Amino acid sequence: MLSVAGIRTFYGQIEALKGVSIEVRQGEIVTLIGANGAGKSTLLMSICGNPQPRAGRIVFEGQDITRLSTHAIVRHGLAHAPEGRRIFPRMSVLENLQMGATVADPAHYADDLARVFKLFPILERRQQQRGGTLSGGEQQMLSIGRALMSRPRLLLLDEPSLGLAPLLVKQIFRTIAEINQREGVTVLLVEQNAFHALRLAHRGYVLVNGRIALAGTGAELLANREVRSAYLEGGHGAVPA
Amino acid sequence: MASIAEAAPKPPNALAGALKEAALAAGVAGALALPLIGFHLVDVTGGVSVESRLSWVVYAMLAVFAGRFLLAITRRPAAASGHRDARRSASGKRNARLVGLVILAAVLVLPFLPFSNRYVLDTAITVLIYVMLGWGLNVVVGLAGLLDLGYVAFYAVGAYSYALLALYLQFGFWECLPLAGILAATFGVLLGFPVLRLRGDYLAIVTLGFGEMIRIVLLNWQDFTRGPNGIDSIPRPSFFGLPFREEPPEGGTSFHQFFGLEYAPEHRIVFLFYLILALALVTNWATLRLRRLPIGRAWEALREDEIACRSLGINPTNTKLSAFAIGAMFGGFAGAFFATRQGFISPESFTFMESAVILAIVVLGGMGSQLGVVVAAAFFIVLPELAREFAQFRMLLFGLAMVLIMLWRPQGLISGREPSIRLGRPADG
Ligand SMILES: Nc1ncnc2c1ncn2[C@@H]1O[C@H](COP(=O)(O)OP(=O)(O)OP(=O)(O)O)[C@@H](O)[C@H]1O
Ligand SMILES: [Mg+2]
Repeated sequence: MLSVAGIRTFYGQIEALKGVSIEVRQGEIVTLIGANGAGKSTLLMSICGNPQPRAGRIVFEGQDITRLSTHAIVRHGLAHAPEGRRIFPRMSVLENLQMGATVADPAHYADDLARVFKLFPILERRQQQRGGTLSGGEQQMLSIGRALMSRPRLLLLDEPSLGLAPLLVKQIFRTIAEINQREGVTVLLVEQNAFHALRLAHRGYVLVNGRIALAGTGAELLANREVRSAYLEGGHGAVPA
Repeated sequence: MASIAEAAPKPPNALAGALKEAALAAGVAGALALPLIGFHLVDVTGGVSVESRLSWVVYAMLAVFAGRFLLAITRRPAAASGHRDARRSASGKRNARLVGLVILAAVLVLPFLPFSNRYVLDTAITVLIYVMLGWGLNVVVGLAGLLDLGYVAFYAVGAYSYALLALYLQFGFWECLPLAGILAATFGVLLGFPVLRLRGDYLAIVTLGFGEMIRIVLLNWQDFTRGPNGIDSIPRPSFFGLPFREEPPEGGTSFHQFFGLEYAPEHRIVFLFYLILALALVTNWATLRLRRLPIGRAWEALREDEIACRSLGINPTNTKLSAFAIGAMFGGFAGAFFATRQGFISPESFTFMESAVILAIVVLGGMGSQLGVVVAAAFFIVLPELAREFAQFRMLLFGLAMVLIMLWRPQGLISGREPSIRLGRPADG
């Protein structure tokens, strides 16, 4: 479904991605883990064309999207819930969700809204409240819900569990599984919370300093010694219970 | 200011802090007042001489000291003022609607009220021009969040479009009105292109430069625009073909004859009044409509977060350009009206000061609020009129009033959307 081949992305002179290749297949949850500054967010943003990679190729459902601009890319059926939520703080929850439907067919707006409210019932109760006054967890749900409003076939999630209480983290991960299984949305998930992410994902990649260091199924990576010592034990990931 | 908030629970510190702050403010006031009001020119036989009036500087410093001190000790630390619920803002919206309708009704009957005279109507026309300009700029600044310091350029383009088309091609007002809007919108797009990537302060500086460029071109392109002499005898508008003249043109009828009225020069003023009122209402209606359409939503979203907008599939280029173009178009309409009302225009009418006043109207009105613009425009035009006797201190009073408003209503007179910006984006965790 999505194939990223040898992309190199620069911020000025700094090379943030030094030839990254990943593959996401239809129906999968693929997770991307790595230390701070490894380039995970940069990879998701490069897929969305902001910034565009200087070299390499990105193909989504058979179409080369490497040189398209962001707003054109998301029209192909891909949605990005960026790092830091980035909801519109002065717009109401409902308006935020409406903005998410910008590229969607207005005919199924009502269905999509109902679907998002079913996934996140709290958003329905808060629909008139301003985005900026939601709690952190609610904002995260809004960010994911907003991305879902465009009916994407591929959802890019950047650290959806960031700053959430353990209970909410579990809930978010459960919802991601639900989106994937029931709605059939393919997910590319960036996470610091390596333990949860790897347990959830079909496959995973470990990004180190702008390069893919390891790849494998979720279970393989969870069992891997290096992964355990770097990202699971005493790292910033949750300690396995 | 953070120091007050922190020190507030401990009174002795608060006092010391307040004194310190007041002293600092007084120092700044003194430094500013010394060159500005510390000296003045007096006529003496055979020329002028400079006299000092240092006592005035001392008065200014004392006034600032007292004001700042009172403010510092009376102001409570900014507590959690953000959590106003949605119900309140909904009822606020209803109230604003009601107030708007009352104001509209009052304005509609203004020419027939007993105290109404030429002066009142002239002032009202000026207020309405600024209301319209404020609403136009509101699209760019209030809705799309693009700080434009050169809005007067589009006003000038509109005014000169009409004046020049009338001068060289003998076009009438009604043909020129749409053309002025289109030309101004074109200039809006022209300005928009180079500044697409700029934001905040940089955008402000470039737009400021653009405003000055237009004025300087008008000033120096003497063969075409007549430069600093301006263009006079710009044709006055007719009542859909019926001129407001005592003597009708040959073979024609004038307004008063057609309606069987006694000729009165006020007819034209009243007509101009209703014309600008109609133009302003069209502007208001159009912006309110646009706000509810996807494009208006996109403007607001763009103001809040450009990166999020991109990732939702909004094309920021088109969105920004459309905001510039539509804002400029209304400026152009207002400009054409200004030209026909004055009958004479020169580059001097389109200085940076105009941009600053229009922007101040939008900001003081509470960015994005339609009613706020009306209140602020009335304030900005009527206050200087009332303060005519204190001509010398007009700007001082003006500044003082602005400071007071910003203290009293930091979000503007009427804040349309809930000002959650002060809460900031909640940090993680
Ligand atoms: N706009 C930018 N300008 C310059 N450098 C940047 C920019 N954004 C990211 N970088 C750099 O690129 C590298 C990768 O950043 P990125 O945000 O992709 O990391 P990350 O893996 O998402 O980290 P984290 O887990 O902390 O979110 C970092 O070294 C970062 O400093
Ligand atoms: Mg990141």
